Amino acid sequence: MRNTGHDQHQQRTLWQRLHIDLPLLMGLLALLTLGLFVVYSAGGQESAVLIRHAKRVGLALFVMFIVAQIPPLSYRRWAVPVFIIGLMLLSAVLLFGHIGKGAQRWLDLGFTKFQPSEIMKLVMPIMIAWYVSQYDLPIKISKIIIAFILVLIPTLLIARQPDLGTSLLIASSGIFVIFLAGASWKLIGACVGLASAFAPVLWMFLMKPYQKQRVLTFLNPEQDPLGSGYHIIQSKIAIGSGGINGKGWLQGTQSQLEFLPERHTDFIFAVFSEEFGLIGVGLLLTVYLAIVMRGLWIAVNAQHAFTKLLAGSLTLTFFVYIFVNIGMVSGLLPVVGVPLPLISYGGTSMVTLMAGFGMLMAVSTHRRFNI
Amino acid sequence: MAAKKRVVIRNHSAEANLFARRTFITFIAIIVLSLVLFSNIYNLQVSSYEKYQTRSNSNRIKLLPVAPNRGLIYDRNGVLLADNTPVYSLEVIPEQVNDIKKRLSEVSQLLDISQEKQDKLLQAMKSKRRFKPIELYSRLSEQQVALFSVNQHKFPGFFIDARLKRYYPFAELTTHSLGYVARINGRDSLALEQQGLAENYAATRNIGKRGLERYYQDILHGTIGHQEVEINNQGRIIRTLDFTPPIPGKDLTLTLDIELQMIAKRALSGKRGAIVAIDPRDGGVLAMYSNPSFDGNLFVHGISSKKYKKLLAPQSNKPLLNRTLQGYPPASTIKPLLAITGLDAGVITPETEIYDPGFYQLPGIETKRRDWKKWGHGKVNLTKSLEQSCNVFYYDLAYKLGITRISQMMRKFGFGEYTGIDLHEESRAIMPSIAWKRARYNKPWYTGETLSVGIGQSYWSVTPLQLSQALSILVNKGEIKVPHLLKASTEVVTNDKDTSTGQTIITEYVVDEKQPIVLKDQHSWDLVLDGLHNTVQNFGATGYAAFKGSKYDAAGKTGSAQTANIEQGEEYDASKVKESKRDNAMFIAFAPFEKPEIVIAVAIENVAEGGGGANAGPVARQIMDQYFGDREIVSKDPRKHPHHSSDFQQNIKNSAGNP
Repeated sequence: MRNTGHDQHQQRTLWQRLHIDLPLLMGLLALLTLGLFVVYSAGGQESAVLIRHAKRVGLALFVMFIVAQIPPLSYRRWAVPVFIIGLMLLSAVLLFGHIGKGAQRWLDLGFTKFQPSEIMKLVMPIMIAWYVSQYDLPIKISKIIIAFILVLIPTLLIARQPDLGTSLLIASSGIFVIFLAGASWKLIGACVGLASAFAPVLWMFLMKPYQKQRVLTFLNPEQDPLGSGYHIIQSKIAIGSGGINGKGWLQGTQSQLEFLPERHTDFIFAVFSEEFGLIGVGLLLTVYLAIVMRGLWIAVNAQHAFTKLLAGSLTLTFFVYIFVNIGMVSGLLPVVGVPLPLISYGGTSMVTLMAGFGMLMAVSTHRRFNI
Repeated sequence: MAAKKRVVIRNHSAEANLFARRTFITFIAIIVLSLVLFSNIYNLQVSSYEKYQTRSNSNRIKLLPVAPNRGLIYDRNGVLLADNTPVYSLEVIPEQVNDIKKRLSEVSQLLDISQEKQDKLLQAMKSKRRFKPIELYSRLSEQQVALFSVNQHKFPGFFIDARLKRYYPFAELTTHSLGYVARINGRDSLALEQQGLAENYAATRNIGKRGLERYYQDILHGTIGHQEVEINNQGRIIRTLDFTPPIPGKDLTLTLDIELQMIAKRALSGKRGAIVAIDPRDGGVLAMYSNPSFDGNLFVHGISSKKYKKLLAPQSNKPLLNRTLQGYPPASTIKPLLAITGLDAGVITPETEIYDPGFYQLPGIETKRRDWKKWGHGKVNLTKSLEQSCNVFYYDLAYKLGITRISQMMRKFGFGEYTGIDLHEESRAIMPSIAWKRARYNKPWYTGETLSVGIGQSYWSVTPLQLSQALSILVNKGEIKVPHLLKASTEVVTNDKDTSTGQTIITEYVVDEKQPIVLKDQHSWDLVLDGLHNTVQNFGATGYAAFKGSKYDAAGKTGSAQTANIEQGEEYDASKVKESKRDNAMFIAFAPFEKPEIVIAVAIENVAEGGGGANAGPVARQIMDQYFGDREIVSKDPRKHPHHSSDFQQNIKNSAGNP
């Protein structure tokens, strides 16, 4: 092991010295470039929208680069304090948060508004991976319980905002760590059973009426085609009418004539499918899967339990993004507010995601010094 | 320190194996879930492609109906009787106006638009899409159009919209035959729906309500066109994708002659009555006028209740009533037909002669029925009975024929039946019979009533159209040509690809014929026709004055119908009787005698003095004079009609000496 590590050190390329994982970067750049085209089309072909999106892409790449420079094992030192700050900010949101679209998600800092839940997206896997990696793997049941509580607190805080999509992503990022840490199958089975038992309680006491409506609409969108079912119906029409070859870039009638709501944010996949067809969808999924595969490869090859768990969790959460967004836009899942990662127009989530990829790159390139 | 100790004893390779296994499981899950996503997309984009393609198109593509232009209507000489003229309205697109209230008051000041209309617009703006035009003012005057056009640059968002509306240039002259169009109402829509025509009328605003406009509605209307447009989610039109032009309705050419209509109107001015002139050769109606009339244009734009009330007022004399299709007692005008009936039944012969003492009495009954001539006509045969319109001759004839034989024959001549003319407003009037009286009044028929029928009175009523039709049958010697107003319809057939060139197709009206009347002796026709000729041509005959000096060879019959019963022993004096109880004047005529081209029936209500010859005769004369113009049509057999020829020659001399 040491020898190979030493050999690698000898062969370090320019990219490795820059802490850039080249295959990952290629995949990300492919997606971001594609995103520019789709946002331009979905945003009503307005250059202002495109420029704002491009700026954010630049910022996100920069953030990724900076994060990649930080040795990953050093995250462990910050895990607890940042986690606690995150919880405080989430509580602050619930108390003084800015209300937009019927939910309190934003914290107004005077110069800028930001969503503390975005920080939690990064801190959650670090926190749980730090906690779990202190002990021998496979993880013991007592540790699982504590880890689970750590997952549950921010998840519930975010769910209260209410932001079902983000709480789902954050919960899964923590649970993936527990899973990868080797939680016993019996326990997983028991949890699934418990979750199903908990579902009615969730429905009756915790879900807001609009969330319930989303689930009902998901089950039968045609019952209210001009009301709550409108989004999903128009989205399916957009995807379906794209056919194999698509209608062509800027030619999607559903999007260009504005039948499709939330075109450049959560429903951008429908715009993409309408204009690029099944062939485009196939290519997009291939790029996504390539990124996911690379992430998993980095995780498997990471040399510390913490970095393994962190990289694995980040990668799997990325896939959850993809699956939930495409699933909801194409009618497989109820509509929850999850953007299509690295394509959708929209601020913080892209920066957070790219910061996550910065961590993956750090895990991939810093290994030599952290054993 | 404890943590560090634990790290030292950790089994790294076992942990790496565990992690790799778990990662592999997630890898499989990712592949499976990705396949689920992809197959769902495949299902949408490939398996259900057509469904979503259709729904996508129905989202964005709308078919806007485009109304066809209504067919025009011409008279027999190509004079336009029903036109489509542009009507201008002022429209506003609120979205394009920056300060609607200010601009609205400015434009209203310029064009003198009432506050009420402005308020209505502001009200309408609340419920309509901001990019859809709203009507501010309908039917701008030419001056307003000009005034606005000059100032249009000051009013962005305001524009003038032109639409075609029906216009009848001859107004009341043609209303009773043409009818009129008016706004489609709820009942019309329902009827269209039941006929499966609702789709074709999607963009049509007006529909034929009366007359030919109603009868030929389907032909005049045409076929709807469509504009296929792409719209966005707001319904705003983005662009036109396709345009299927509407097929305009067919133009109609009528048998009517507008000049005869004008003469008819002038001849009837100040009177209540009706004129129908038919070409007996094909049943084409040359003139059809009912006085008083009304302006059909009033109804095209929706008549105001004030104006409508005025039309209904008693002093307006029922202008809405088409008197040409309304029943009048025929009086003596049906005597020639009764003569035919008598001859055919063998009840009388050409040689039959009766003595007229000035009255007629049924055997064993005291009541005397007077002749119009107090002292009687003396010895009367068939020809004289017509010339002098001898009532006693026809009392006797009717008595001998009986109501059943009369009624049966008169039905063949079209009385009590629809003529089948191309108008829906026709009345059947009444041809009384025993069965009819039983059904109508549940009373038996009295012989006295048969006598009244003999002089065209009693329950008997005929429409001027029926009367002219009957005369037409008479001059055609039994041939029945159904009267009609349509002469031909014209359509321009265009090639689908090239709309600039079109082929004009003229469809001539096919004259409908009914089973002819066949007499036992065809000579009877000539006998009666001669009698009618004499009625007009013989000096001293009842119709002599009407056609004295005409250049054409006319024949006819007068009639004066009582409208009120006159007590036994009382005298009728028009000047002493209430206007509504005065006699109606009737007249029928045809010319030229040998090859008739025109038959006329005239009815004038409640004339002041004199009978049909004096009042209705000149009306028929004026129409005929117009019809024949300068044509000279002399009888070929001067021996048969000596009086006519000499009189005519005299006339020629007179006019030659006095150009």
